[in-house]
Amino acid sequence: MTATALLQVFASGLMTGLIYGLVASGLSLIFGLMEVVNFAHGEFLMLAMFATFGLVVFTGIDPGLLAPLVAAAMFVFGAAVYALVIRFAMRVETNRGMVQIFATFGLSILMQGAAQYLFSPDYRSIRTSWLGERTLHVGGVFLPWPLLFGGLVSIATFGGLYLVMTRTAFGKALEATREDQGAVALVGIDCNRMFALGWGLGAALVGLAGAVLAVFYYVFPGVGASFSLIAYVTVALGGFGSVFGALAAGIVVGLVEAFTAVVLPPELKSLGIYALYLVIVFLRPAGLFGKF
Amino acid sequence: MPHGEAATAESFRSARVRRFLVAALVFAALALSPLAIRSVYLQNVLVLTLLYAAVSQSWNILGGYCGQISLGHGLYFGIGAYATSVLFVTWGILPWGGMIVGGVLAVAVALLIGYPCFRLQGHYFAIATLVIAQSGLVLMQNWDFVGAARGIQWPFGPDSWWTLQFARAKTPYIEVSLALLVASWLATVLIGESRWGYWWRAVKDDALAAESLGVEVFRSKMAAAGVSAFFTAVGGGVYAAFLAYIDPDAVMSFRFSLLFALPAVLGGIGTPWGPLVGAAVLVPLGEFSRSYLGGSGSGLDLVIYGALVMAVALARPQGLLSLVPRRRAAP
Amino acid sequence: MSGAAILELASVSKRFEGLVANSEVSFSVAEGEILGLIGPNGAGKSTLFSLIAGALVPTAGTIRFAGADITALPAPERCRQGIGRTFQVPRSFDSMSVLENVMVGSFVRSSSSSAARAKAAAVLEFVGLAPRAASFAGALTPPEKRRLEVARALATEPKLLLLDEVLAGLTPAEARAGVDLVRAIRARGITVVMVEHVMEIVMPLVDRAVVLDIGRVLAVGSPAEVVRNEAVIAAYLGERHRAA
Repeated sequence: MTATALLQVFASGLMTGLIYGLVASGLSLIFGLMEVVNFAHGEFLMLAMFATFGLVVFTGIDPGLLAPLVAAAMFVFGAAVYALVIRFAMRVETNRGMVQIFATFGLSILMQGAAQYLFSPDYRSIRTSWLGERTLHVGGVFLPWPLLFGGLVSIATFGGLYLVMTRTAFGKALEATREDQGAVALVGIDCNRMFALGWGLGAALVGLAGAVLAVFYYVFPGVGASFSLIAYVTVALGGFGSVFGALAAGIVVGLVEAFTAVVLPPELKSLGIYALYLVIVFLRPAGLFGKF
Repeated sequence: MPHGEAATAESFRSARVRRFLVAALVFAALALSPLAIRSVYLQNVLVLTLLYAAVSQSWNILGGYCGQISLGHGLYFGIGAYATSVLFVTWGILPWGGMIVGGVLAVAVALLIGYPCFRLQGHYFAIATLVIAQSGLVLMQNWDFVGAARGIQWPFGPDSWWTLQFARAKTPYIEVSLALLVASWLATVLIGESRWGYWWRAVKDDALAAESLGVEVFRSKMAAAGVSAFFTAVGGGVYAAFLAYIDPDAVMSFRFSLLFALPAVLGGIGTPWGPLVGAAVLVPLGEFSRSYLGGSGSGLDLVIYGALVMAVALARPQGLLSLVPRRRAAP
Repeated sequence: MSGAAILELASVSKRFEGLVANSEVSFSVAEGEILGLIGPNGAGKSTLFSLIAGALVPTAGTIRFAGADITALPAPERCRQGIGRTFQVPRSFDSMSVLENVMVGSFVRSSSSSAARAKAAAVLEFVGLAPRAASFAGALTPPEKRRLEVARALATEPKLLLLDEVLAGLTPAEARAGVDLVRAIRARGITVVMVEHVMEIVMPLVDRAVVLDIGRVLAVGSPAEVVRNEAVIAAYLGERHRAA
């Protein structure tokens, strides 16, 4: 394998990894805030992709420009899911873990069914994007523009997230809530409100990922399943609840997947990710970047 | 009021007799139900209900009694389904033997997986079981010897109990599924009364306290995983014979792993009747809504099913069984 | 009264990532005695209990029980050898009944369920929890939970029983009943080591006391000797000052 070919694999693995990090970031944020694994995370992504698709069809605006709008809509959706479902799952006193798993699992089935009912199970794709079929060609490495765009959006989002978490009162309150809910309630921060905003923010992050993916990936009701497992693995590797751990883990996952596809037949490329997860949790039971 | 050893033993014995009497009545009624339920469609629903109840009971042993939440039981179900199908289709070994082989194979795999995984905590454990099951799925999808993604079609043959193949009759499958349910129920209850059963529940409630009382935590988890995997795999074998066709997605997808846990959780996790109660609500509801609303893949059935799962999980966290007032051995 | 040493600690230390919980702790417990382990908050009493019971492994030093080195043995094995313990914050099995909780302990000595059940019922009678046998452990009051902890540990038929603050937070009447229970346990030939925070309760009960402060042994001796010890007074006064 030549150096250029290696570089090619590295570059596309890196870009894919950045997008994986973005997909996983919302899941990780929510977990860190309240120790809930959202089993409907893949369906959140699916919804964002359909929203992008729908907006493109109706407005004709380029999907790249629609990303902030999709994120805003997903913010509202995420906060609503918290208020209507998760809030009640948190109040449960027995079997709380299982109730959370199955409340969100039920939501995922419901969302898939609703998507099938409204949009039919067909595969759709956006053909009108300016990014569409273009490819960047640098020194023998080809990168499709949509992929590159996704990577850049991911970097920009994590940068913005870093600023929000460290510089704003909201970010600090979020950080304080995840560290100690009881103490936060004492200083007068409304935990319920923080959780709702956390779910909103988490869903908005998935919204950005969905808008980016809709440009070059098929949109269909079952699309979430292909990404949700990768998102769980990424979140676990990054250390449950660490948002920036998710970015680092996402890059690792993207690269491992790309290089596995070189060594093994492409159908087996996910095996590399699974093996990576198992090796790492057996060696470091709190994840790659997790705190012990 | 009398208490002490004699009274305790006496009240325990009478509660036990009552429990087995109730079980005998319920299972006898189910065994005779095909006499009353003549519609092939309803019999089909009954087969699935009993099979889900049995497999969910198997999941319940590890997840409900021992508290180890596995999201990868689809792997054991798939091992049973594939062992049974491959042995029958390729070498003509009767499914009865294939189920046992599948069961033993699943136990071996469960112990092999448990050895490293039972050291992991909480979500790391759950995701590890999910990832391992998913790896198994990917391997099966690409393994030509077992038909890869095309799957395995059982050959057509005459109706026979030997090969467990019946072209139209559903009653035999009802009886076989019921037998598996009875077996897994008995295993759960009998082991539950023994030292292992107490160890499992102690491990679930508080592993640290359990260790201080002499409980071998790791061995308890391994034992629960083995028993659980065995019955799950046998269930996979029955399912394969029932469908007479399997492919990787039809027997070991991630959704299956969750669907096996679901009846136990909704019925009453860690109870001997929870899985049957949960399956008796979920499976018919899923099937009926699919037939009446889900025609041509409209998805409305999934909306209703998903909403029901959410509603029960939120409204009845202890499971539906908790609606039945419990009679405790009053002191 | 005091026979051979049943438990011997030699220079036992435990560090958690730089934090020293126990440092060079050495003392021995004679068969049949009641030994009090006292000291201010954060003195390392509960950590020491976990080291003796096998829930934690010491960083250095050796622990001998009934003449054999048990430093490396896991907790379940120590239980089988005859060390029983309770937890400072009760850790009952809340999905099980009181009787079933105790049965988990009695299964150490009997593999048959009916024998384990009979044994558990007898132990519940002994600690005075028999009327609550069929209740869920989660439904017990805090003092009852303490008794359940003791019953569970007793059901393992220990030679040495480690009691972690079983008398704390009780009303005077409950505390008196607790003291009687500890005496009754010793009368059965079981050696008792008890951690207590409040000196007034334990001093009349114990044969000897070991005082810990910041992980070290400050004093060992009869209750009368210990309360006169300058270092002990300073440590406790110091704590009063800190608390004030």
